[in-house]
Amino acid sequence: MVAIWRNIKLMWINFKRTIKSGLKSFWRNSWLSAATISIMVLTLLVISAMLMMNIIASVVLLNLSQKIDISVYFKLDATEENILIVKSQLEKLAEVERVDYVSQADALNQFKEKHKDNPYIIQSLQELGENPLEASLNIKAKNASQYEVISSFLEGISYNSIIDKVDYRQNKDVINKLDYIISNVKIMGLVLSIVLALIVVLVTFNAIRLAIYSSRDEVKVMRLVGANNWFIRGPFIIEGVLYGIVSSLITLAILYATIWFISPKISGFLPISDVFSYFWANFWEFLVLLLGTGIVLGVVSSFLAIRKYLKV
Amino acid sequence: MIQFKNVSKIYPINSEYTVALERVTFGIHPKEFISIAGQSGAGKTTLLRLLLKEEEPTKGEIFVDSQNLSSIRGRELPHYRRKLGAVFQDFKLLSHKNAYENIAFAMEAAGKTEEEIREDVPEILKIIGLSERAHHFPSQLSGGEKQRVAIGRALAHKPTILIADEPTGNLDPLHTWDIVRLLFKINEMGTTVILATHDREIINTIGKRVVTLDKGRVIRDEENGRYMA
Repeated sequence: MVAIWRNIKLMWINFKRTIKSGLKSFWRNSWLSAATISIMVLTLLVISAMLMMNIIASVVLLNLSQKIDISVYFKLDATEENILIVKSQLEKLAEVERVDYVSQADALNQFKEKHKDNPYIIQSLQELGENPLEASLNIKAKNASQYEVISSFLEGISYNSIIDKVDYRQNKDVINKLDYIISNVKIMGLVLSIVLALIVVLVTFNAIRLAIYSSRDEVKVMRLVGANNWFIRGPFIIEGVLYGIVSSLITLAILYATIWFISPKISGFLPISDVFSYFWANFWEFLVLLLGTGIVLGVVSSFLAIRKYLKV
Repeated sequence: MIQFKNVSKIYPINSEYTVALERVTFGIHPKEFISIAGQSGAGKTTLLRLLLKEEEPTKGEIFVDSQNLSSIRGRELPHYRRKLGAVFQDFKLLSHKNAYENIAFAMEAAGKTEEEIREDVPEILKIIGLSERAHHFPSQLSGGEKQRVAIGRALAHKPTILIADEPTGNLDPLHTWDIVRLLFKINEMGTTVILATHDREIINTIGKRVVTLDKGRVIRDEENGRYMA
């Protein structure tokens, strides 16, 4: 019982000493600490920038893909009844999200509304005397890659004869390209993020390794004085934790300032209404993510780097 | 207390073999003051490195307090080393710790409490005569002062054996005698002192037991010995 109590007391003493000694050497090697921290800040900035870019890119692409649709125009002599039959057939397709019917009258109203400032067009419409516009169905697919299927379905149905044109054929290239871009941006973003993250992690690891390399002789001396491995390793790991905490806080401050500054400028052409409030709403997630990354990076690097010098 | 039994150490260098120690056998008694003499390369440092268990002998056995050093495993090594205090020619102080902290570090490593450290370190500083310079860093101390801090650190966990490898090698004559006198004082307080040196003057003045090494072999072992080379 007494022995256990003594051991607990010794562990507590050692724990306090480790923290104290880690703090002290962090402070005394302030230049080395500053260098390591600045590299870690860059690392974390790159990682969070990648993260933000990925989020923004996927939101933008989602938004764009929602704007794509295909329109089916019906010949002027097609009856509304037949058009509605085609509509209900389309709605039964699993690929179709929504189908909107635009009648000839609707089309004319939309046209007039759109060109109300142009007296020539309005005038020529009046001279024409009849409605030259075709009724149409606007089809929205669940996924950009499914327009091909919908288009070939329309070509195969028995009501094909009343269809004047499917403007998918005209938009095909654009739609396909967008689909290609969407899937590629996602993959590229992921690959690029992983590669970059790997590079910056290696850079950070090397920075910490250099910091520890500069005290390799000290580690040897500590071994000769009879310090055990944990006693030597402890302060270095505490330093790693400190590097992580300080650099993630600095990173967060930089991110905060940057986003606050650029948010009003980019909100205009981005579908996210306000990047800054998005950042602010997810502040705690960012904080935990950055702190976690920073601390893990610092501790693991310290742990691996010092291992080499403990074999005396 | 310490027994070297037929100890040989051979270093393979570029597929050739360099014999650093060859069948060295001798013993050291408790509280003895013993000098290991010999020219550079005679094997003095190797002998001390084996005793510190920084390296393993190629052949033979070393016993300290009837414990065979080859039986000490990695985890027990720090405990064994706390039995010894070691002083080196290049001081080997922790450069980012001041004199007080260098001495305190050895005690912290040995798991001493804060009270013990607060009590013992000023005591040690007094013995080595550096009470005034407790908060100076190694870069702010002279060679002699650094060596005294190193000796203070070696004494911190109250070792039974003090190993000094050319402790005066980097010092001027005045500081050299300072250090030698300090070693005597420590010996009188009951610690076994092993002093390795090639300094003829020191050995001939000390007038205690001298073991002389030459090319890795013990060529003389005399009480009140002199260094003849």
